Amino acid sequence: MRTSLWFSVVPALTLLALPVPAGAAGGAPHIEHQHWSFGGFSGRYEKAQLQRGFQVYQGICAGCHGLERVRFRNLTEPGGPEFPEEAVKALAAEWPNKITDGPDDAGKMFERAAGLPDPIRGPFKNEKEARATFNGAYPPDLSVIAKARNVEYHGSWYYHPVSMIKDIATGYQEGGTDYIHALLTHYKDAPPAYTRNAGGKLVPASEAVAKDKASGAERCVSVVAGEEGKPDTCNKLGEGMNYNTAFPGGQIAMSAPLADGVVPYKGVDGVAAAPATTDQYARDVAAFLTWTADPSLNARKTIGWQVMLYLLITTVLLFIGKKRIWAKVKH
Amino acid sequence: MAHHELTYQPKSRMAKWWDERLPIARLMHGQFVDFPTPRNLNYMWTFGGILTVCLIVQIVTGIVLAMHYQPSAAEAFNSLQHIKRDVNYGWMIQSFHAVGASMFFVAVYLHIFRGLYYGSYKAPREVLWVLGVFIFLAMMATAFLGYALPWGQMSFWGVTVITNLFSSLNEIIPGMGTAIVEWLWGGYAVSGVTLNRFFSLHYLLPFVIFGLVVLHIWALHVAGQNNPTGLDVKAKSETVPMYPFAIAKDAVGMFAFFLVFAWFVFFMPDYLGHADNYTPANPLVTPPHIVPEWYFLPFYAILRAITFDIGPISSKLGGVIAMISAVVILLFVPWLDTSRVRSAKYRPLYKIAFWFFVFTCVALGWLGSKPAEQPYVFWSQFFTFAYFAFFLIAMPVLGLIETPKPLPKSITESVFGSGGGMPAGAAAAPEKR
Repeated sequence: MRTSLWFSVVPALTLLALPVPAGAAGGAPHIEHQHWSFGGFSGRYEKAQLQRGFQVYQGICAGCHGLERVRFRNLTEPGGPEFPEEAVKALAAEWPNKITDGPDDAGKMFERAAGLPDPIRGPFKNEKEARATFNGAYPPDLSVIAKARNVEYHGSWYYHPVSMIKDIATGYQEGGTDYIHALLTHYKDAPPAYTRNAGGKLVPASEAVAKDKASGAERCVSVVAGEEGKPDTCNKLGEGMNYNTAFPGGQIAMSAPLADGVVPYKGVDGVAAAPATTDQYARDVAAFLTWTADPSLNARKTIGWQVMLYLLITTVLLFIGKKRIWAKVKH
Repeated sequence: MAHHELTYQPKSRMAKWWDERLPIARLMHGQFVDFPTPRNLNYMWTFGGILTVCLIVQIVTGIVLAMHYQPSAAEAFNSLQHIKRDVNYGWMIQSFHAVGASMFFVAVYLHIFRGLYYGSYKAPREVLWVLGVFIFLAMMATAFLGYALPWGQMSFWGVTVITNLFSSLNEIIPGMGTAIVEWLWGGYAVSGVTLNRFFSLHYLLPFVIFGLVVLHIWALHVAGQNNPTGLDVKAKSETVPMYPFAIAKDAVGMFAFFLVFAWFVFFMPDYLGHADNYTPANPLVTPPHIVPEWYFLPFYAILRAITFDIGPISSKLGGVIAMISAVVILLFVPWLDTSRVRSAKYRPLYKIAFWFFVFTCVALGWLGSKPAEQPYVFWSQFFTFAYFAFFLIAMPVLGLIETPKPLPKSITESVFGSGGGMPAGAAAAPEKR
């Protein structure tokens, strides 16, 4: 069997290896894996980090984004930020975005303050209102955003299976979290400058050329390679758009939300507050949004290990039993 | 096999009472305790039992999910979040169901490859094999319908792309394709009406699968199991009773499989899915890459490999024909293979073809996940050719030109290793029909 495997796989591999160009992966941004306390098959949420993450959400994100699948009571539940119930009650009552309720006895809808069972509303009544406010852009609800985003694989084709096996063996599920962190930390000042060479192709410009206005250097968010004889296309940064190297396409309507020191971290539960830096904010809010998308993670992994242990022991016992049953039967 | 010795003896008065009226216990005892199984079966023969358990897991978790799920365009996505967040252990039940679909396909693909390697489709097991292909078809339909239910972006656009394929039938009879597509949709676009009927059919089909599985097991218990040598069972001594021998082995295989299953359920419930399905369905926004679930990727690659018109057949219709043929061709496997030797163990050339076919399927799966651009299109075409060549060239031709390795005279000889085998280099005459 082994020889025949080689007979089939080796020619196939050599055939495959030939015509794949090195840069076939394309233009999607590369996003680094970060270390997360809840990462992999053994990780759990860190309460203090989720509490800080909520502060970032409350202070920054909540200005535009809702969290409508999360209810205030969830903030008190085990495996989450576990704020004290009284504090959350007060928070809900003061939440600026009220709950529309009704109809009352007079048949009128009315607005009331939120309570523990209510969703964490964003500032807009509906998508149209949001789009009207943001010049057509829509700040999505963030409840499951950490699961709705992922990191794509960009390595060589032959390493792809290895990478998949590695992800499965380590239980890597934090693609969305890595993406959120990258997005929040990859705002850049201006797109890099490109100039056209003699053939009309866009090539990255040196700093000197970029500064020289006469050179006609273009600032492209992305470059689409032109076909034979045709010039490349430069996708310029749109009006009101922001340059972000982690965002597919390079331009995003959301302006950079974080800056060092914008959220005054309070020390929580006697734990020293974390550094008030953009990177730390991004990390904490990414962790918080992972919890909002996956609030059962802690319970899931705890039960998971109990199940794995049970299955492992049972499998071994069954295997021993099978050996004994078959001991006198040649097969 | 159908006429093996039965040892059932009703002991209690109750058992005797039933035995004279409805002897289900006798039937079960005969089929799942006394039933003779070849003594040389390896662990690849445990997937039948594993698949039965997979079906039961899907039906049980599915019934519970249906108690909380709302099949409407407005509420489907929300109700899934409700199940995961507010229903007690809903996250676990949903995860078992979603991961379970993938595990079902892992097991069924290994089961099919096992059949292809050991020639389990050859006489007298043709009907058994064909029933298996129908189960596979029903599984694919069920999985496709079920993937629509979360009503995320990938659900919506997957349904849109696949149902639209039927419109290519307009090339055969103008208007027919459009009529079929609108009939499937229940309107002029994919909508909540479509979701509603998909839910209904998704609940129905598993019971159709269950019926087919009963027939599949019936056919198996008439013809008896194949075995790694591919030789017929000639003596009772070549078999062992199903209980405790085969059951003990099945249990080990099943629990080892559960370990993998549980790993995904508890540690990576979303790994086998697609992130875009966590964005609610939006008919106005098309996702950049529409890809099916991993278990459909090889067929998706074949669909997209036909990028050229073939005479009057457009590339679209050609792709649909190729994709459907890729599954339907399995129905003809018992008659495409001309070799009289069942097991690839004794077929040196077929063995190479088989492993290259496995590689082909994996390669097509990988290519199916890539965008439709070069060089992926070229390699999709290459491996699509290789896929069909396995069935249409390797299977019929190898049986005629291949010289099988010397076969043991019997299972007894292969297990106990006495006496001489078939003379080496015996002519590879095709099977006589």
